[in-house]
Amino acid sequence: MFKRLAEAGASVAITVDGKQVAARAGDTVAAALIAAGIAHCRTTPVSGAPRAPYCLMGVCFECLVTIDGVGSRQGCLVPVRDGMAVETQTGKREAGR
Amino acid sequence: MAASDYDVAVVGGGLVGVATAWGLAREGCRVVVLDEGDRAVRASRGNFALVWVQSKGLGLPEYAGWTIRSSNAWGGFAQTLKEETGLDVSFQRPGGFHLALSDRELEARANILKRLHNQPGIVDYKTEIMDHAQVARMLPDIGPEVVGGSFCPIDGHVNSLRLFRTLHTAIKARGVTYLPSHRVEKITKEGGEFRLATEHGEIRAGKVALAAGNANMRLAPMVGLEAPMRPERGQIVVTERLRPFLNHPVVTLRQTDEGTVMIGDSKEESVDPAGLTIGVSATEAERAVRQFPLLSNVNVVRTWSAIRVMTQDGFPIYDESETHPGAFTVCCHSGVTLAANHALTVAPMIARGALDISLVAPFSARRFHVQAAG
Repeated sequence: MFKRLAEAGASVAITVDGKQVAARAGDTVAAALIAAGIAHCRTTPVSGAPRAPYCLMGVCFECLVTIDGVGSRQGCLVPVRDGMAVETQTGKREAGR
Repeated sequence: MAASDYDVAVVGGGLVGVATAWGLAREGCRVVVLDEGDRAVRASRGNFALVWVQSKGLGLPEYAGWTIRSSNAWGGFAQTLKEETGLDVSFQRPGGFHLALSDRELEARANILKRLHNQPGIVDYKTEIMDHAQVARMLPDIGPEVVGGSFCPIDGHVNSLRLFRTLHTAIKARGVTYLPSHRVEKITKEGGEFRLATEHGEIRAGKVALAAGNANMRLAPMVGLEAPMRPERGQIVVTERLRPFLNHPVVTLRQTDEGTVMIGDSKEESVDPAGLTIGVSATEAERAVRQFPLLSNVNVVRTWSAIRVMTQDGFPIYDESETHPGAFTVCCHSGVTLAANHALTVAPMIARGALDISLVAPFSARRFHVQAAG
C-alpha cells in the first residue's frame, strides 16, 4: 500500500522481533514498520485487538513498541538508528521492560 | 409519584449514599437518592480504592473494630452485588503493606502500631513489622532502599469506580429513585415528615439520611445535627496497564485488577479539586520508584487530584437527631472500606428508625463537645 519516495535516505539496519528490516535514514520506527509491510505492531492490553501506527504524530499512542528493551515507546516519535532492536508488544506491558 | 411517597430520602449519591440507599431498599424501604449535578465534587470518583484496616483506630479504638467488621463483611457484600447486577467489583483481600524507605520510617511505623495496640479495648488485627527479607518474600520486586514494612493480613482493595457503578446499578434494579441535579438547599420537618427543598421542587420523606460527604457540614445543622469536616486534597498518579506484578496492595501504591498502577497518598489542606501540583505528583512517583524500581520507565497515563471527605478527627459520624427524630448522619472518610457496614449494618438501623448504640455510640458527633481535661 505504501511506497517509498525516490529520494529515500541511506539504508539503516534495524531488527524487528529479531528479524533484519531495511530502514532508511530519517525514518521513524513507525515509518520503518509500515515500509516493511508489518501489519501490526502490538495487541491491546484490554481486548487483545491488533494495532498499527495511525496518526504518526505522537497523539494516538497506537504505535507503541518495545525499543532496545524499553516497552511502550511511541514508534512514530523515535528515529531509527543502526542496530536498533524493535519488538512488537502483546497485551499488557511487563513492568521493568 | 407524589412527592411524599418515600420512606427515606438519602442526601448524597456518592459511595456512602448509594451503599446506604441499597441497604435501605433491601429492608423494603421506598428510597430516593438526591444527588448534585455534574459539577459536584466527586470524592467517590477520585479515591484510592483500598479496603484498609491497618492504622485505623489510633485515638478511638472502637474504630478499629468497626473497620474490621466491614472488612470481614466485604466478601459477602461483593458477592451479593455480583448476584444482583452481574458486575464484579474485584474485591481482593490478600493482606496489605506499609513500606518504609529508612530505619526512621520503620521505627515510626512500629511506634504507631504499638500505640494503637496498647489502647484498651482494641481488637488485635495482627499487623506485623517485617524486615527487608521478609517483605521481599511477599513482594519480590521491592528495591534495596526498602528497609522493611508492616503487613496486615486483612487489608484489601477493590475496583472502586466499578463499585460506584455497581451500586448505582443495584439501587436502580431495586427500585430506588435517583435524582441528579437535586442539590438540597433546605430541610424542614413538618407534620411528621421531612421536606427537602431543591431547585427542582420539594421532596417529602419520612426519614432523612445525610450522606453528602463534606457537604454534611452544611446540611446537618438544618436538622439539629452536626458534622464538623476538614476536607483534604490528595493527588494520584496512574500508570499504563502492566502485567500483574504486585500481589499485595501497598498503602501508597496498588496494581488494579485492570493492570494500571495507582500511586499516591498525598495530603494537602485544600478544597480546590482542580489544583494539581507537579511537585506532589513527582514526590509520589519518586518514592514509588524507590519502592519498586521496575516502575522507573513505566509510562504515566493520568494524574488527578481529588478532595477527601474528612471529619475533623478523621473518624466516622453516625447520629440520629434529637430535635428532628428520623434524621440521621452517615458520614465518614472511608466510603470504600466501610461500604459493607453502611449497606448491611447502618442502613437496617435507619430502616428500623433507631441506631444500635452498642455498635455506633462511639461515633456520635457529641464527642466533639467533650471538654478537655484540666
